[in-house]
Amino acid sequence: MKGILKIAFKLLVNDKGKFAALLIGITFAVFLMVMMTSMFAGILHRSSATVLNVGAKIWVMDPAVNTPANSIPMPDYVLDAVRSIDGTKYAMPLYSGGALVKLRSGVYQSVTVMGIDDSTLFGRPALIEGKIEDIYAENAFVVVKDAEFRKLGNPMVGTDFELNDHRGVIVGIAKVSSSGLFGVPTLYTTYKRALQYIPSSRFTTAFILVEPKNSAAIPYIKEQVKALGYVALTKDEFIQKTSDFYKYQTGVGTNLLIMTVISFIVGLSISGQTFYTFILENLEKFGALKAIGAKGRELVYMILFQATFTSLTGYGLGIGLASLLINVARLRLPSYAAMITYSNLGFAFVMVLIIAGISSYIGVRKVLKIEPFDIFRG
Amino acid sequence: MAELAMRATELVKWFGEGDAKTVAVQGVSFDAFFGEMLFIEGPSGSGKTTLLSLISGILRPNSGTVSVAGKNIWDMTSDQLADFRLNTVGFVFQDYHLFPRLTTVENVAIPLILKRLDWNKSVEDAMQYLEIVGIKDRALLPPVKLSGGEQQRVAIARAIASRPDILIFDEPTASLDGDTGRRIIDFVKKNILNDQRCIIIVTHDSRIFEFADRIIKMEDGRIICFEQGGGHEE
Repeated sequence: MKGILKIAFKLLVNDKGKFAALLIGITFAVFLMVMMTSMFAGILHRSSATVLNVGAKIWVMDPAVNTPANSIPMPDYVLDAVRSIDGTKYAMPLYSGGALVKLRSGVYQSVTVMGIDDSTLFGRPALIEGKIEDIYAENAFVVVKDAEFRKLGNPMVGTDFELNDHRGVIVGIAKVSSSGLFGVPTLYTTYKRALQYIPSSRFTTAFILVEPKNSAAIPYIKEQVKALGYVALTKDEFIQKTSDFYKYQTGVGTNLLIMTVISFIVGLSISGQTFYTFILENLEKFGALKAIGAKGRELVYMILFQATFTSLTGYGLGIGLASLLINVARLRLPSYAAMITYSNLGFAFVMVLIIAGISSYIGVRKVLKIEPFDIFRG
Repeated sequence: MAELAMRATELVKWFGEGDAKTVAVQGVSFDAFFGEMLFIEGPSGSGKTTLLSLISGILRPNSGTVSVAGKNIWDMTSDQLADFRLNTVGFVFQDYHLFPRLTTVENVAIPLILKRLDWNKSVEDAMQYLEIVGIKDRALLPPVKLSGGEQQRVAIARAIASRPDILIFDEPTASLDGDTGRRIIDFVKKNILNDQRCIIIVTHDSRIFEFADRIIKMEDGRIICFEQGGGHEE
């Protein structure tokens, strides 16, 4: 069988023009599909950046909240009520709001300010420079060193800025697991200072972060929070809710899905058409092989091998090209959101197998129909 | 008396049904013997190619039998027929049907590869057959770089590579000039034909009749006569 597959391999790769066209078709399709799905995955991941970075197990919020970025402030009594639920180990408020800072250079820059509980600093990021206790110092802020960090002029510990006529000083530089979606730098400070610096509405608590006594207590906490007219979501549920919002309630999911389908159709058309032409051009040769003594199934193996080899090579090239482009783009645009996940790779792989399957099905039908007698008839 | 290589008995083949029915071969019977070069001759449309397909296990007859080594090949399954074609019959097609993307020696190795021989061993053996047909020095060239006569020799080398008992040529001189065609058939007769092999040639090229041991003349799907050819030795 190896020898027959080697014949198939040589017939394929020695027809350089057709082989190149097949590879380009599949590579292009895989590249587009991976780029589309990677951008989507990146957007979804970054849309949940706050949830991932803060790391609380349960988030209490207004039922109308869809993402961490559009919080609806809750009255203070909700915090007390949540703390009093049996099963709650502790619960802390989290402030999340937007502000405009004026840098030393005179440049204005939008930022997200996270206000964490003064007494426990629950939800604080890990520092790579400075000490977390310094957050209690006058005008103190911790800046997150993510893709947006340079927009604040690459601040160092001691760098100061202006925020709503208040002086702010960087006392620490933190790292987080994920950058935000909206291209805005993030500052952490204490909850009280955040309220003091940023004009607030009547209610101020954006989210309540809850640590349950144990996982068995979670359903009860959710039930009690629901009775208060609010909603308690686990970390995973909040990430899922955010993801669902972007997928189904914005045009992002639909548009990317359409682009992915178009990529698939383009890839299928190019490679299917080229493979069909390749089979047609070699049809007499397959007929001659049949006349010489090749069995029908051996010809099927040859075609399947050719389709699979082309598809997998195109798949590898497409993935490589997408990775290269994403990495090159990140060099220029640190906040570039595309992210290749195993799901993306799996999805593209399945799509490529479908392309290979359809292309080879067309070829197999043709080859099985050819009669060696047609070779004699000419 | 030479040993029987193949016996065709009352072969009938028609195409189409009703008004469109065309009878290509009707009631054809003949024997072919080892050591014999048998020509099948007739005008275009006389049923030569159809008869060739019937006796080589390519086209199933509507009735009649083809016996090789005492067995009717049309009682075989499709896989057995494929094996029969691979092991017992060698084909030299009119247009050669060489693979332009393979080298000459790889083309010759195809039947050996189909027989599941290792690739390197197949190529090594194929070299010997190229040597027999006298174009070993062309082994690594693609067939498109060879002349018509050389391509014909490659096709012959491929046909004999599986050591078949019956060698079938379909219009072997159709694409060659008269001199080259004669030289090829002369070469086949002297070097390829032997006591363990029967060669059947379909042709309407009278310039090569001198090499035939016997000639079957066909017209309208029937055998109209058997003749002794110019190559017949008493």
